[in-house]
Amino acid sequence: MMNHENRDYEEAHPHESQEVMESVLLDDPSDAQSFTGHLQPSRQVTVSDDPLLSSPLSFTAGQSPKSPYNTFLDPPSYAEAMFASSDSPTNGHETSEPSSRSNLSSSDYLYISVSDQQKEQELTNSLVPGGNTYYTYLITTKTNFPEYGGPGSEFSVRRRFRDVVTLSDRLAESYRGYFIPIRPDKSTVESQVMQKQEFVEQRRVALEKYLKKLAAHPAIRKSEELRVFLEVKGKLPLIQSTDMASRMLDGAVKLPKQLIGGEAVGTVDLNEVAQPAKGGRDLLRIFKELKQSVTNDWVGTKPLVVEEDTEFTERKEKLIELKQPLSDVSQQAESLVKSQQDMGETMGELGLAFVKLTKFETEEAIFDTQRTRAADMRNVATAAVKASRLYRELNTQTIKHLDKLHEYLSTMLSVSNAFSDRSSALLTVQTLSSELVSLHSRIEKLEVASSKIFGGDKTRMRKTEEMKKAVRVTENAKLCADREYERIKENNRSELERFDRERQNDFMSMLRGFVVNQAGFAEKTAAVWEKLAEETNGYLRDSS
Amino acid sequence: MNSTQKSLFGSTQSPRSPSSKPFLYVSVTDPVKLGNGVQAYISYRVITKTNFPEYQGPEKIVIRRYSDFVWLRDRLFEKYKGIFIPPIPEKSAVEKFRFSAEFIEMRRQALDIFVNRIASHHELQQSEDLRTFLQADEETMERLRSYEIGIFKKPSDLMQIFKDVQSKVSDVVLGKEKPVEESDPEYEKMKQYIFELENHLAEAQKQAYHLVKRHRELGQSLSDFGKAVKLLGTCEGNALGKAFSELGTKSEALSIKLQREAQRLLMNFEEPLKDYVRAVQSIRATIAERANAFRRQCELAETMKLKEINLDKLMLTRSDKVGEAEREYNELKAESEQATRTFENIVKLMNEEIVRFQEHKTLDMGITLHEFAKGQARLANDVAGAWRSLLPKLEASS
Repeated sequence: MMNHENRDYEEAHPHESQEVMESVLLDDPSDAQSFTGHLQPSRQVTVSDDPLLSSPLSFTAGQSPKSPYNTFLDPPSYAEAMFASSDSPTNGHETSEPSSRSNLSSSDYLYISVSDQQKEQELTNSLVPGGNTYYTYLITTKTNFPEYGGPGSEFSVRRRFRDVVTLSDRLAESYRGYFIPIRPDKSTVESQVMQKQEFVEQRRVALEKYLKKLAAHPAIRKSEELRVFLEVKGKLPLIQSTDMASRMLDGAVKLPKQLIGGEAVGTVDLNEVAQPAKGGRDLLRIFKELKQSVTNDWVGTKPLVVEEDTEFTERKEKLIELKQPLSDVSQQAESLVKSQQDMGETMGELGLAFVKLTKFETEEAIFDTQRTRAADMRNVATAAVKASRLYRELNTQTIKHLDKLHEYLSTMLSVSNAFSDRSSALLTVQTLSSELVSLHSRIEKLEVASSKIFGGDKTRMRKTEEMKKAVRVTENAKLCADREYERIKENNRSELERFDRERQNDFMSMLRGFVVNQAGFAEKTAAVWEKLAEETNGYLRDSS
Repeated sequence: MNSTQKSLFGSTQSPRSPSSKPFLYVSVTDPVKLGNGVQAYISYRVITKTNFPEYQGPEKIVIRRYSDFVWLRDRLFEKYKGIFIPPIPEKSAVEKFRFSAEFIEMRRQALDIFVNRIASHHELQQSEDLRTFLQADEETMERLRSYEIGIFKKPSDLMQIFKDVQSKVSDVVLGKEKPVEESDPEYEKMKQYIFELENHLAEAQKQAYHLVKRHRELGQSLSDFGKAVKLLGTCEGNALGKAFSELGTKSEALSIKLQREAQRLLMNFEEPLKDYVRAVQSIRATIAERANAFRRQCELAETMKLKEINLDKLMLTRSDKVGEAEREYNELKAESEQATRTFENIVKLMNEEIVRFQEHKTLDMGITLHEFAKGQARLANDVAGAWRSLLPKLEASS
C-alpha cells in the first residue's frame, strides 16, 4: 500500500545539520539525536508488544536495524509521553491483532513470531554445484493451548516459504467457507528489483503478519495443519500441493477410462466430492460442472437446487459494494500520509534554512539589530524543527490507524474466496442433482422399452442394473455434497457475523484513534507556534 | 507590511493639527485590467495625501502602471547614488500568470510598500521625480516613461557607456588586469555579508514557497480523503456509516482552512521574504554604483596627474599650447574633485543606509515572523478544535 520514496533529507546532510542544530537549539540534546535517528515510517509496522507477552525484547533478534520496530524502542523523548496522555484507551500501541479481542478468553494465547532468516542450500537434485539456494525463517511459538502441550510452552521450527504455501493450500481445503487469511504473495516484481536482503526482510514481516492472523482466527487457530506447521520439526508433514499442469495430466490419463468404462463406475472418492472440481484431477467432473454452470447461466433453466438464503444474498451484495469505496479510501489515505510527510519535511527544511540564517547573522553581526534578528530567527528555526518532528510522529500513528483499511481489503479477498467455496459447492450439488434426474429418466426409458419386449431384453436389463448402481453411487455422492454445502453455508454465516462485528469495532476504533491522533498533534503544534508568537510579541505595539 | 509598520515610519496622521507634522502618505489601490490581448496591462490608482509644501495640494489621485513604477525606481537609482533604493517587484515571466488575481494582489501590495518606503525616506521623499510620479497627468507620465525605456537613450548615457569602454581599454593598455577596487576591510566585510545574506535568504524564501505548496497539497488530500470516506460511509450504513460521514465532512471542512492558510502564507510570509531578497539585491546594485564611482575617481586622478606632467612640460618649453592645456587641466581638476565628492558622498550615505537597513529589516522580519507564528497557531487550534468536536459523536456511535 504505502511505498514512500526514501527521501530522508537529514541523511543528505547528516553531520552538518546535527552540528548546526545542536549548537543553536537550546532544548535538550536528546531531541536532536532522536531527530536524526528517526527513520522513515514504513507501512509494515510490526507492533510486537502484545500485552500478554512478558519479554518483547526477546524477539528482536534477527530484525535488521532498519526495522520500524526500533522506532518504538527509542521514541523522541517528549512525543510518546504527550501522545500517550491524549490518546483514548485505543492508544497508538494497541496491536492490530484480534488476539487481544474480548471474545477470546484472556488466558488463551497463541503468540507467533518470525525471525532470523537464513540462506540454505538445496541438498538434493542440484545438478549445478552451489545452485538453488533458498531462505528459511525461524518460527517461534509461545502458547498455552492444551493441543500444543499445555501452558507456557515455547518452541521453534525452521520453515521455508514453500511450506507456507502448503499450509495455506491445506487450510483452504479444510476450511471451506471460512474467511481464511490470505497468505503473502509467492513472488513479486519487487523481488526482482529489490536487494535480496530487503526482499527477504519484507517477506519475513509479511509472514509474521500472516501467521498472527491465522492465530487470531477462532477456528483456524485450533487447526491441526497449523499445529503441525508450528510444532513439527524437520520436514513439514503436510501434503504438498501439485501444480495445475500435472493435475490436468493425471486427469487426462483417467478420462478415457471414465468415458469408456461407462457412466460413473462405483469408484467415486467421496472425499473428492467434498472438494471443488477445479482443484482436483477429475477432468470429467470439471466438464460436467462446467456444463451445469452453462445451463444455469445461459440456457436459463432453473437448476433444481438454488441459493435460497435471501439474507445471505443481500449481505453478499452489500459486501461486494463495499470493496470499491474501501479501496478508494485506502488510496486516499495513502495520499494523505504522503502530504503529511511532505509537509513535515518542508517544515524541517525551512527550519534548517533559518538555522543557517541565524548562524550567519550571529557570526557576522556588527549591529545589535542583527543580533536581535538572529535571536528571532533562532526561535523560528526551533519551532519549525519541532513542528517537523511532530508531523513525523503524526504520520507514524496515522499509518498505523489507517493500515486497518488495507488489512480489510485483504480480508475482502478472504470473504470472496469463502463465497466462491459456497458457489462451487452449490454447483457440485446442482450437477449431481441434474445427473440423478437424467439417470432416473434414462432408467425409466429403458424400463419402458424393455417392458415392450416379451421375456425381457437381456442387454437392456443389464444396462438398467448398471444404471441403478450408478444412481446409488450418485445418491451417496449427492448426500456428501449436500452435507458439504450445508457446512459451508453455516461457516459463511458465522463468519459473516464475526466479520460484521469485528469490522464495526475495528473501524470505529480506527476512526477514534485517527481523530484523537490528529487532535493531539494539532494541539501540540499549536503550542509550539503559540510559543513562537509570544517570543516575537514585542514587534506589535498596537495589536491588530 | 501593515498599517502599524507605516506608522512606525513617521507618516503619522495626528488628529490635532495635520499640518504641524509633515506627512506624505501614498496608497496604491484598485488594480484594473486595461487594453486587449498582448497589449493588455494592469493600471493602479495611486492616491497621495500630504502636507508637503512642494506638492500641489493635500490630496491627489493619478493612474499609473507597472512601467511607471519602474521609471521612478530607475530615476531614483540614477540620482541618489549611495542610497538603498527600495526594491520593486519583478516582471512576471509567465504570460498566463500575469493576470491571475493572486499575482495582481501580490504586485499591488508590493508596489504600495515600494512607494511608501520612498515616501518615508528622509532624502528620497524630497525627490522631484517622486513628485512627478505622484502628481503628473497620464500623458506626461507616458512621455517620460517611453523616453526612458525606449531604445534611444539620452546622449549623456551613450557618452558614459563610451567612457566606460574607453576606460576598460585603457586599463588593459596600461597593464591593469583587474578593475581598481577599494581596499577598505570593513567595507569588504560588508560586501561579503551582503552576498552571503542573499543566498541564505533565497533559501529561506524557497522553503517558504514550498511550505505554501505543501499546505495546498495537504488541503487537497484532506478533501479527497473526506470525499472517499463519505462514500464509504454511505455503503456501511448505520452507526459506523454515520461516523464515516461525520469524519469525511470534517476532513473536507479542514481542507478549506488549509487552502486559506496557504494563501495567507503566500502573501504574508513568502512575499516578505522575497521582498527581503529584493532589498539585498538592491544593495548589491548600490555596491556596484559605489565601485563605479570609486573607479571614476581613480581614473580621473590618474588622468589629472598625467595632464599635470604634460602641462609642466609645455610650460617649460614655453609652447603656445600651454593655454589650452591649462584650460583642459582645470576642467579635469574640477571633474576629478566632483568625482571625489560623489564617491565620498556615496560612502557616507551607505554607512547611514546600512544602519537603517538593519533596523528596518529586524522590524519587518519580526512582524512577519510573528504573523507567521500566529497564523500557524490559529490553524492548528482550528484543526484541533474540529477533530475534538468529532469525538463525542464517535463515542456515542459505538
